[in-house]
Amino acid sequence: MKMANPFTPLLWAVTLLIVMIQIAPLVVVVLVSFANSPVFEVTFGNWSLRWWERMATARGFWAAMELSARLAALSTAVALVLGTAAALAIHRGRFPGAALLGTILLSPLMLPGIVLGIAVSQMFRAYGVTDAFTALAISHVVVVMPFVVRIMLSSLALFDFTMVEAARTLGCSYGSAILRVAVPNLAPGLVTSAVFGFIASFDNYPMSMFLVDARTKTLPIQMLEFLEESPNPTIAAVSTLLLVLTAMLLLIIHRASGLQRAVIR
Amino acid sequence: MTQQRIDPVAWLAAPAAAYFLVVLGLPLALLLAASFRTGDGIGLAHYARILGDPFERGVILATLRYAALVTLACAVFGYVYAYAMARASAAVQALLLVAIVLPMTVSVIVKTFGWTILLRSNGPVNSALLAIGAIDEPLRLLFTETGLVFGTASILLPYMVLPVFAVLRQIPPEQHDAAATLGAAPVEAFIRVVLPLTLPGVIAGVAIVFSMTVSAYVIPSLLTGAGYKTLSKAIANAFLVIYNPGLGAAAGVILLAIAMAIVMAAGAAAARLGRTA
Repeated sequence: MKMANPFTPLLWAVTLLIVMIQIAPLVVVVLVSFANSPVFEVTFGNWSLRWWERMATARGFWAAMELSARLAALSTAVALVLGTAAALAIHRGRFPGAALLGTILLSPLMLPGIVLGIAVSQMFRAYGVTDAFTALAISHVVVVMPFVVRIMLSSLALFDFTMVEAARTLGCSYGSAILRVAVPNLAPGLVTSAVFGFIASFDNYPMSMFLVDARTKTLPIQMLEFLEESPNPTIAAVSTLLLVLTAMLLLIIHRASGLQRAVIR
Repeated sequence: MTQQRIDPVAWLAAPAAAYFLVVLGLPLALLLAASFRTGDGIGLAHYARILGDPFERGVILATLRYAALVTLACAVFGYVYAYAMARASAAVQALLLVAIVLPMTVSVIVKTFGWTILLRSNGPVNSALLAIGAIDEPLRLLFTETGLVFGTASILLPYMVLPVFAVLRQIPPEQHDAAATLGAAPVEAFIRVVLPLTLPGVIAGVAIVFSMTVSAYVIPSLLTGAGYKTLSKAIANAFLVIYNPGLGAAAGVILLAIAMAIVMAAGAAAARLGRTA
């Protein structure tokens, strides 16, 4: 016999309220981007595309978006190679300090980004690395790496390496066994880590803030500067665009490995 | 052969290890060194200046208080949310997951920007509170600690929900119901059966949310004005405005120590829980 729990309605009421609070900042940004008002307000019934037109011609944003995309693609590619190789070694675990190395590679998730930012910027200054893009790319690999290592470690834990042996017994060469058995099985993990890593670099603010210069500005830096200096709803249009892109990337992750598996260990 | 041979696969970790040594270990070591470097040699002058000055101490305490309030709010509401997710049907569970994963993945600047609009005195939050009669006149929320804690807790809530849900979903509902059948009141069944089993998830979530809050820069920058100082704002100020790298480095080391302390404390708590369980 199951008793009716008097707390159940309260549980669902609070949950519904949290859903609304989680979605509210995103909804309001979308509404403001279509509002015909020069200040940040929602004007129901008075829609306009003027802020979207303004964004289309605002050159700072497109340059920053292009730079951030290039930076994220490059740092994700490097982190994917280094991180996957490291995850393979840590997964086998047959060397001293494997667990410690795993912790260190995941540590940028827990360490204050702003501290990493000042630390690398001081180092680049000391060693004469003056090119902002180079400095950003080198540092962003550290930001992306934990996502690759974490996701690839859990993908490897689910992959049965005897399948590679089985393929070889059935006549595959070692290379072709890896290519035809291991890679397809690990592909969802690779895609998921690439997408999360790309987003981590694309959105990074605390590390980039100390590495950009006047000509090399990433999108988050440009956005915050815009918000602080000349706030108008153009930023809402940019934000809405980012929201749509993020939703599309999440869809890719969902197709690759299922949303729940991708975000929960 | 006396020497144990290292598995050749282990060498695959070497490039990543070397990379982190040069781009993470070395800069942090240099930062630590810089924090001790004073005008006339080596010393604790920067630390003394930060920890000895009531204003600077106040900044550290305000940051810790901010992180504690956000973590508490996330623990309570994140737990409720995770609990609802774990009890929901598969379809509702998927919806509840999307409702936190999409906001979690969206750029923190976009979310915080959304909160700056929501929290305005003529914004939607005040309108809603006025409409339901909870308040008589608009509250000042933006640029206040209340608004900051509320916005930050909302932005970081998913980081609490996910680890708690990961543990909760492994507890079969029958175990909860069994306690109820044996005569335990719902609250008692929850406190004595479910809560202890989910503590590891709560500890993990607390560590993540606390360390993310003490380190937060974008959120307090947009939700509070120049008057409200946090440790990360002070660090950015030391490097980008007043240009005092020694002072900034010392503040950075203090922030790093706080973040590492909470992570290690969480690790120790989890290990202790594992032993007694």
